[in-house]
Amino acid sequence: MLDINVVARELAVYLKKQNADYVEAHLEESQTSNLSYRGKNLEQVGKSTSTGGNVRACVKGGWGFVSFNNLDHLKEKVAQAIEQARFVGKETTQLGETPPVVDEVKPKIKEDPASIPLSAKKKLLDEYNETIWETPGIQTSNLGYGDSRKRTVFMNSEGSFISQERADSVMRAVAIAAKDGNVQQSGISVGSRDNYAPMRSLHGQIKELARKSVEMLAAPVLKGGQYTVVLDPVLAGVFVHEAFGHLSESDFVYENPQVRDLMKLGKTFGQPILNIIDSAAVPDLRGSFKYDDEGTLAVKNYLIKDGKLVGRLHSRETAAKMGENPSGNARAINYRYPPIVRMTNTYIEPRDTKFADIIADIKEGVYCKNWYGGTTSMEMFTFSSGETYMIRNGKIAEMVRPVMLSGNVFTTLMSIDAIGNDLDMNQGGGCGKGGQSPLPVSNGSPHIRIQNCLVGGK
Amino acid sequence: MEEILARAKKVAQAAEVYTTSITETPVQFESNRLKNIQSKQSTSVALRVMVNGRIGYATSSRVDDIQDLVDNAVATAAFGAKAEFEFSTRQRFTPVEVYDPAVNKVTLAQMTGLGEKIIAAVNQHSPDVLCEGSVTKMVAELHIANSLGGKAGYKKSVFAMSIDGQRVRGTDMLFVGDGASSCHPVLDPKSIIATITEQLELAKNPAAISSKAMPVIFTPEGVASALVMPLMSAFNGKTVLEGASPIGQKLGEQVFDANLTVNDDPTIPFRPGSQPCDDEGIPCRKHVMIQNGVVNGFLYDLQTAAKAKTKSTGNGNRGGGSLPSPSWHAFVLEGGKASFQSMVKGIKEGLVVEQLMGAGQGNVLGGDFSGNVLLGYKIENGQIVGRVKDTMVSGNIYTMLKNIAAIGSDSKWVGGSLSTPSLYFQNVSVASR
Repeated sequence: MLDINVVARELAVYLKKQNADYVEAHLEESQTSNLSYRGKNLEQVGKSTSTGGNVRACVKGGWGFVSFNNLDHLKEKVAQAIEQARFVGKETTQLGETPPVVDEVKPKIKEDPASIPLSAKKKLLDEYNETIWETPGIQTSNLGYGDSRKRTVFMNSEGSFISQERADSVMRAVAIAAKDGNVQQSGISVGSRDNYAPMRSLHGQIKELARKSVEMLAAPVLKGGQYTVVLDPVLAGVFVHEAFGHLSESDFVYENPQVRDLMKLGKTFGQPILNIIDSAAVPDLRGSFKYDDEGTLAVKNYLIKDGKLVGRLHSRETAAKMGENPSGNARAINYRYPPIVRMTNTYIEPRDTKFADIIADIKEGVYCKNWYGGTTSMEMFTFSSGETYMIRNGKIAEMVRPVMLSGNVFTTLMSIDAIGNDLDMNQGGGCGKGGQSPLPVSNGSPHIRIQNCLVGGK
Repeated sequence: MEEILARAKKVAQAAEVYTTSITETPVQFESNRLKNIQSKQSTSVALRVMVNGRIGYATSSRVDDIQDLVDNAVATAAFGAKAEFEFSTRQRFTPVEVYDPAVNKVTLAQMTGLGEKIIAAVNQHSPDVLCEGSVTKMVAELHIANSLGGKAGYKKSVFAMSIDGQRVRGTDMLFVGDGASSCHPVLDPKSIIATITEQLELAKNPAAISSKAMPVIFTPEGVASALVMPLMSAFNGKTVLEGASPIGQKLGEQVFDANLTVNDDPTIPFRPGSQPCDDEGIPCRKHVMIQNGVVNGFLYDLQTAAKAKTKSTGNGNRGGGSLPSPSWHAFVLEGGKASFQSMVKGIKEGLVVEQLMGAGQGNVLGGDFSGNVLLGYKIENGQIVGRVKDTMVSGNIYTMLKNIAAIGSDSKWVGGSLSTPSLYFQNVSVASR
């Protein structure tokens, strides 16, 4: 079996000798394991291993990309990528400056999921499934666990040579309750980076979600309309990711004069209390890393500060073309894809308002917790809560059925008028863009309050 | 393959090897011009074993690492699901044509030319629209062999292109787009150009719409984005077996409009969703799922069929490298007689839904959908008058499909493996801001 490090060292020397504006390569090795249950039955257990790589070249602004599983004949792949780039290139290559780095990033793995025997993982899932099924009123359940261990080597024609490793685990649990043709569900998705331990302590949460799904059966349907809405940290995190994060990805911005105008730095997007950050440099989160997939060092990026647009997410190319600095946001889900501009850990910075004060002066409002799904068209967003309550006279009141929130991104951001002090990061999500899904990211927020939010009902 | 089987047979009672080899060349456009060319080669091998009556499973991208693959598969079998079925023995296959060597011969220059032609035409119509998209050629080869002597395989070519356009004015954004795919080369961009320029034409003026139940026409893209997902899961044998399908107990009953007929048809020559056998080596056939409104059948793989005490329908699908699971090959909702124009003509105030965003976030199994109109038009006195925004459409597909006002004669493939005409409903809930 070929060692990717050995192959990489040889390839790195070769990349520097090429007649192209820029050439880079990624080599990757990964192992995964997964288990899933549908209802009481174990549905699937599997293990997989994968090895592969890619070469990406840029000539006169045009890109070529070759991906492969077979690590033989790499010189031919380099030649092919350059030939493709040359076919495309008719302009000038512009890449933001990233100093060449040679680094071997040692993983800080606390408890490696790959070291846990399958039997122990199965036992844990059995416990969680029993927890769901011992709740009266449950119709069925869905449980899934997956982990991956991945090692990557990045090298480019400028002399960078970076190896990084990561271990990811994700647990998903859904309880489905049914009565008289009415079906309700409640779920959680918990992710962890470089540590299996958080997977073990979900008994309480899973018991609670089973109970919630049954409780929802009896909950009334909210009357649709405009409400003052309070989002919990999980749902507010999804909101900031969907509604603002995707807009700040510069590949959407850099070559469109109208969007550049719309996303001009300094423009007001929210009230002065609103700060939004994307940072892969926060340690140990699912979206964390030291270098992105173009070898750019991760830093903390303010996207919105005091309500004004102050930054955005860049690859080296989008940064150069907008005259800004690379932000370390070029990422690929695996070696089969070229890096594109992506989020990492995206969150609303906490302020000092207590939750009780956020809801204190709401006469009639809606409190949305947890998320079920979400998507955006940049201008419009829709997302669904996992759990919803009425707010009456400043207090959380009766439960209602989960709702769908929809609206215009820009007006909704302006309508955030209270931000709590209780930041929490949600690690269970994966982001999809350009056919690349799921990319490990995290998002978070404190509780936030939105005025005049359109809530779908019946 | 033979060597993997031989080694697996030493440690397992039964084994099945599944290999794929794919080469794909996407040519991508960004901001109205050619941006990059990719070449992707990938191989994978999956081994399914039965050890002490339990299923073990492992996959690898390395064809050179047989022992690891066998060890991983056997290790998982200790905890695997109980095997309720046997692998298929040697079977007779009706050939389905899905490979055209001409696809691989299409040159990069031809592919870039196609994209550039569409973009030029769109820009000629609307200079302020920025286009992105791709033209892709792909060849996949697939083989299955098992320890009972079962063997199957085929080679498939796919040529696909899609172009999306966006127009931004202030914070107002318009998204249009169309695509086409086939197992033959698709060298004529005319229909894509016509669709996109028509979308731009219809969306030219903004239009305000009332909030109430009103006549709504879903175009083929609209049907695909709003109404199909619940049907796909309801006819999945696994959903039926779990008792979670609303139509699971209604075989032979009239549940839908008498004009509604839906098939899964993987036998149509040269369609990307077609294939001679499924991912377990079972021959594929055309299955009628809804015949004139009557529930006619469900889709099964080997394991689910065995549990349900029926036979596999040849719908075992390995999405994303996982174990086979029942899935549609090609969803075909049969076309009707009404022209799109004739449907529009009779409507005083109504909505045309071309793209609905977020429809899959509700109670999909129960048939509920609710979404934001990403692209849609207002009908006023029998004419399309402009684009509708900030509007939610919601309903229940089981209620709606009981009573279809008209089924269009404009059937179209959407996204390669789904064919549907426009559907017109008399009363759909529309909420606008």
